[in-house]
Amino acid sequence: MNDIVEVDARRLFCPLPVIRLQNNINKSPPGTRVRIVSTDPGSMNDIPTWCRINGHQVLESVERDQEFVFLVQKGDGS
Amino acid sequence: MKKAIALISGGLDSLLAARLIQQQGIHVEGINFYTGFCVEGHTNAIRNRDRSRVKRNNALWVAEQLGIKLHIIDIVDEYKDVVINPKHGYGANLNPCLDCKIFMVHKAYEWIREHGFDFIITGEVVGQRPKSQRKRVMPVIAHESGAEDLLLRPLSAKNLPETKPEREGWVEREALRDFGGRSRKPQMALAREFGFEDYAQPAGGCCFLTDQSYSVKLQDLWDNRGQREYELDDIMLLKVGRHIRPSRAFKLIIAREEGETNFLSGYRHQFQTIKTVSHAGPLALVEGAQLDAAQLELACAITARFSQGRDAESVELRFSDREQSSRSIHVKPLAAEQIEQDWVIA
Repeated sequence: MNDIVEVDARRLFCPLPVIRLQNNINKSPPGTRVRIVSTDPGSMNDIPTWCRINGHQVLESVERDQEFVFLVQKGDGS
Repeated sequence: MKKAIALISGGLDSLLAARLIQQQGIHVEGINFYTGFCVEGHTNAIRNRDRSRVKRNNALWVAEQLGIKLHIIDIVDEYKDVVINPKHGYGANLNPCLDCKIFMVHKAYEWIREHGFDFIITGEVVGQRPKSQRKRVMPVIAHESGAEDLLLRPLSAKNLPETKPEREGWVEREALRDFGGRSRKPQMALAREFGFEDYAQPAGGCCFLTDQSYSVKLQDLWDNRGQREYELDDIMLLKVGRHIRPSRAFKLIIAREEGETNFLSGYRHQFQTIKTVSHAGPLALVEGAQLDAAQLELACAITARFSQGRDAESVELRFSDREQSSRSIHVKPLAAEQIEQDWVIA
């Protein structure tokens, strides 16, 4: 599975970027990769925390030009 | 294994309630509702000087301490009816706390039925809050939410009638607590017993509807629109900048620093805007109909007052309409005493 689901969460504030990520992950099969772009610095804490507690993996996280980009892979649902 | 959903606000009480039930071998997951009004960390995220002081999301932090999944549900649209038409009225400000609790438990009840969970737990403590946690309203919440005896309050269970999870032996009532009243000492002792140290304080929550200044601005918005409605952008903008209404015709939202100017500039296609040109200064959004010449001059003179040119004889500003058609305007800034107190909404 090579396709990446792109989620634009710019100008949204906590917890909306997490909710956007969650809603995209929830409707995708395990293994799906989702890339989310946020401008809320709170995302740097919140997105990795949400992934840890819900069993998903942050493959990459990058900060550039006051934007925070995460590539997340959906876990197996266990 | 029986399964419970815990309403996780991010405060100490919901943390302790969930842990008490986990200890009884129940599978617990968390649910957190986003109403749009919990905007505690947004000011930091917007303001330049505060961007490095990002606040953690306490609900996520609590879930991680408990080792449970957390489901965050966006209820912004559905929640409007709770804010606008609270059956049980408001608290000290525009906080509809009792209706809010009923609504959230109702949403949790819908969720457990959809996901095959067995009961709901909350961190409610009898007598802790003047509006929503009085003993006589506890059954009202259980009944009006539809949850009835599937709603268990582990911290106060022994002060309340037995619920189905207790009656059926899913949880042991004797191992639950009998907390009551406004003292936080029992919760703090239990937190120590469980080894929780870094929990959120105080327990008042992050809802801005409990904030007087915020409620005044929301009421002003309703009064001047002639209807009690709002959108998510309205909620956000009430937290940002100075809000000044020189007349019923328009309101200015004036940035207080560069981060707020950057944030407000994202709304330039939805509002008329004013920005100082000849001197460093803020961006202002103009909320209202098209301004006439006198109103525009006043709006510019007020905006100029908050620029570096506040003492200058003349300040140049650029006024732009929603289509980004703009023109230059020169005004003498208002003196501080010319900004009437009742123009400032707070």
